[in-house]
Amino acid sequence: MPILEGEGVTKYFGGLAAVSNVDFHVDQGEVVGLIGPNGAGKTTLFNLISAALVPKSGVIRFKGEKICGLKPCQICRKGVARTFQSVKVFANMSVFENVLLGSLFGTSTGMSSADAAREATGLLEFVGLSAVRATPAKELTLANQKRVEVARALATKPELLLLDELMAGLNHAEVVQAMELVNRIRDEGITIFMIEHVMKAIMSVCDRIMVLHHGEKIAEGTPPEIATSRTVIEVYLGE
Amino acid sequence: MNITRVDLRKVWMPGLLLIILVLLATLPLYASTYTVILVTSILMYIIMTVSWTIFSGPTGYISLASAAFLGVGIYTSAILGKALSLPLVITIGGLASFILALLVGALTLRLKGIYFAIFTFGLVMLIRYLLLWYEINMTGTRGRFVIVVDNNTIYHVMLAIFVTLLLTAYFIRRSKFGLALQSIGENEEAAAHTGVNVTAVKVITFAISASFMGAAGAIIATRWTYIDPYIAFNPLFSFMPVLMAIFGGMGQFYGPILGAAIFAYLEEVLITRFPYYYMLIFGIILVAAILYLPNGLVGLIRKLGKRSSGGQHADT
Repeated sequence: MPILEGEGVTKYFGGLAAVSNVDFHVDQGEVVGLIGPNGAGKTTLFNLISAALVPKSGVIRFKGEKICGLKPCQICRKGVARTFQSVKVFANMSVFENVLLGSLFGTSTGMSSADAAREATGLLEFVGLSAVRATPAKELTLANQKRVEVARALATKPELLLLDELMAGLNHAEVVQAMELVNRIRDEGITIFMIEHVMKAIMSVCDRIMVLHHGEKIAEGTPPEIATSRTVIEVYLGE
Repeated sequence: MNITRVDLRKVWMPGLLLIILVLLATLPLYASTYTVILVTSILMYIIMTVSWTIFSGPTGYISLASAAFLGVGIYTSAILGKALSLPLVITIGGLASFILALLVGALTLRLKGIYFAIFTFGLVMLIRYLLLWYEINMTGTRGRFVIVVDNNTIYHVMLAIFVTLLLTAYFIRRSKFGLALQSIGENEEAAAHTGVNVTAVKVITFAISASFMGAAGAIIATRWTYIDPYIAFNPLFSFMPVLMAIFGGMGQFYGPILGAAIFAYLEEVLITRFPYYYMLIFGIILVAAILYLPNGLVGLIRKLGKRSSGGQHADT
């Protein structure tokens, strides 16, 4: 059974269909990539799933349950966590507090302060930020701020993690580390839905890839299928 | 050596606070009536400023509704003062402001930045002129007399509100609730997606902050003895808390307290010593503070502290 599925999901900005009648699904334990040119509606789709935006029509289900109309905090507590394309860390709070907030507020059951602190400490180790736990998040490099976001999202104990361009703006070495991090998250049993422009990363990490163009889904398949698809190549290269 | 230092600090900080509290509580025994009245009004300004800071400090939502919450307390006292006992009147004053803030908060806290500030200020004006219209057309008078309470009682009630407020503010700041408030100020969208119910946290904190202003209004009304909508809903009480908090510096817990205390005392001194130039001097001090103390008095204290410890390093 798919952990996340959408049927006919549509969102307009004024007269522009940002996401138009898109059907999609993500299976339990999968890593699914979402690609497409700029303005294709990828982030809008993520915003619809995480309830930052409300779809005009269509249904989104998480574990078979309709999640449209819920508030962002409720989506998070149900087990869907996300990161942001433009990094949104709590700049003046310490790295530890950034992550702690997730375990204090984002889990479905809630936990005691001591448990939350232990959880946050463990996650900082998991993403490799233990050394800078007391540093204000704004003082970190972009790559490390993205790790803070990942740790914060993981602190909410998600079953599904939405990663919005985790690797954008990172150098080669950092991309390799980020790919390795994604694999380790998958090994923890967390399903991943990720937007990515770094093709090398998406081809090697994902089980399946979905392509959006002008708000419509134009292709879907395994990485080799997508890499050789005529439609996809036309969209990216213009014929 | 570090450990003994921390332990010492743990002992002397509560001790010092206790001594200050005892000194304040017994003030009417050894100080003049004038001093008691002066400290009462300083306490009122501190209450306004600290309660404003509870909400607006961490979240960055600049509320200019303070005068409305104070005024609701004042009118509670004027209307119910003769019928009910003083503690009950003050409780109702706080509660009325709490409820008003819940309603207003639920309506307006989706507004951000300058829009929120303007709306909250509009609230003060709206209530002021609605009330004025009501009083003139329905009751036929503009103002009301408030029951007279002796100065020492007013002082002690104000002190009790002040202590309760400080404890509340301290625990909010230390709790996970405080962390949530701070995360809203840092990045509201990220806070929401990390599981913080941002609307609930904002509205409840706004209401808690308003309830202390309402309680302070209910007791200060008994000292003013005569009130009308112009006195009770004076926009000055919306701007003063903001100025005092900025003057003190919001980075530390004691900043707004220090700012309000010095600011209120300064105002009193200037108004009695230089009645004609008071506003001018006050303005100059304010401009100088904004220009040269961007982090308020707290920033100045920290700078001086750093300088002296830096000096020590140079010696060794």
